Amino acid sequence: MNAAVDSRAAAIPAQSAPRPWDLDAIRRDFPILDQQVHRAPLAYLDNAATAQKPAAVIDAVAEFYRHDNSNVHRAVHALAERATAAYEHARERVRGWINAASADEIVFLRGTTEAINLLAHSLGQAWSAGDRVVLTTMEHHANIVPWQLLRERTGIDIAVLPVTADGELELDALPALLDGPVRLLALTHVSNVLGTVNPVAEAVRIAHDHGVPVLVDGAQALAHERVDMQALDCDFYAFSGHKMFGPTGIGVLYGKAERLAALPPWQGGGEMIRRVTFERVRFAPPPQRFEAGTQDFAGAVGLAAAIDYLSTLDRDAMARHEQALLAHATERLEAIPGLRLIGRAAHKAPVLSFLVDGVHAHDMGTLLDRKGVAVRTGHHCAMPLMDFYGVPATTRASMAFYNTLDEIDRLADAIDYARGVLA
Amino acid sequence: MSDELDDLYQEIILDHNRHPANFRPMPDADRTVEADNPLCGDQLTLYLKLDGGRIADIAFQGSGCAISVASASLLTERLKGASVAEAEALFETMHAVLTDAPRAADDDTDLGSLAALAGVRRYPMRVKCATLSWHALKAALDGRGSEDIVSTE
Repeated sequence: MNAAVDSRAAAIPAQSAPRPWDLDAIRRDFPILDQQVHRAPLAYLDNAATAQKPAAVIDAVAEFYRHDNSNVHRAVHALAERATAAYEHARERVRGWINAASADEIVFLRGTTEAINLLAHSLGQAWSAGDRVVLTTMEHHANIVPWQLLRERTGIDIAVLPVTADGELELDALPALLDGPVRLLALTHVSNVLGTVNPVAEAVRIAHDHGVPVLVDGAQALAHERVDMQALDCDFYAFSGHKMFGPTGIGVLYGKAERLAALPPWQGGGEMIRRVTFERVRFAPPPQRFEAGTQDFAGAVGLAAAIDYLSTLDRDAMARHEQALLAHATERLEAIPGLRLIGRAAHKAPVLSFLVDGVHAHDMGTLLDRKGVAVRTGHHCAMPLMDFYGVPATTRASMAFYNTLDEIDRLADAIDYARGVLA
Repeated sequence: MSDELDDLYQEIILDHNRHPANFRPMPDADRTVEADNPLCGDQLTLYLKLDGGRIADIAFQGSGCAISVASASLLTERLKGASVAEAEALFETMHAVLTDAPRAADDDTDLGSLAALAGVRRYPMRVKCATLSWHALKAALDGRGSEDIVSTE
């Protein structure tokens, strides 16, 4: 990293006291929430698919394009310097937010999916038939399919850590799975279907006891949890900007410095090289080694703005509010006849998946939408988990800190309405 | 129910969802086609029994949303006893009706109760629910066998 970036990083102001928790004021920060859908106020309960953006993020991206846009790490003109500084400032902002030891451990990519594909490719180059990666039943397809593609290329094995009926990892079964030629444990931090917050720190400890490195899929975690890379001690951590109130198209692969240093590149192109002749190429060190081509630096600026915004919020009040939403939603939905909740882990993010007798999830989605309630229906890109529960599809309501108890009531009332139509 | 939804969840759709017609297995079917819509988890199996150029019997099984179940139910009700030529023409007609494509100039098919499905074209995310059984029908008429999986995704 260059000196200018270091001085910029040091200029980040010390954390000020959070603003008082005022839900009305917070909702006003998110312009999209203030609209009618089918003549009803929008109740956006599809946050696990993508979270909405505060005006601060939208404005930061727009301002970047208005004033600073230029390709990074290339030219010496003023705009290029500003854009480069903004991009590396964003990297430092991400480092601080997840408490990585160094900004060089932060690789900007398109998102969680790309990060896992990168690892499957670059880690996999050193693996061979019979090597094993351990996943869990509750993984998103993004943390399944890249390993299946690697299996097709190299003949690796995939082992799966089971989950309980309540939707918790069977951690007791983990040590046995880690015996043998295991190259990686790759597991989700928070289930996108069940809301389960997995004991990833414990999983990391167990895996490390077996000498196995760990990748954590953090796509669903950052919207709800503070994560600390040095405390968690995982080897890799992947997440997406758009699920934590930042823009689409920007995401992060965190990797411990020594892990990234040992990793061969994935895509080749500009920016990721040190020296190229037609006879040979020498690659740049991380993180640039993994950032071939023009990156989404405007997205990185937006992600930094999202972190700036989140850092103004009272995290304790936010956690209390989210748990209040979860408790209220669980209570209201459990009172609905014929409704079955999928996922009853002790430690959950505010995500509820459910089925209702006589109402297919897809009809439920259409009928809730007509009441202004936006939810996700289907298999949630987690077909093996759907198979485990023996259901083809569920309806999922996923909350963010800007949702209200009133919106939960409207969800419950709309489910009753759907039952009335179809049952 | 709100006015807008009347054209999607019409009473005839709801009735066919609650009590689908010809909803049964057919062990001696001449043609069996499985179809699925992975996006929403609709799965159905369509059975045909042919007698010369006629559909002597037709039935289906599976699980899915109200639109997909009602569409399959209405399909079987309409085509039992019909000729294969009629079924093929009806596939073309219904495909146009459900996807809002222009119908052939000489297509004056009386849709009857199938008209209840027409509202789905105003719901782009739901069109595939309604077309699933019709694609299964086409595969069955084309003789694409039971090993052939039709998917609308």
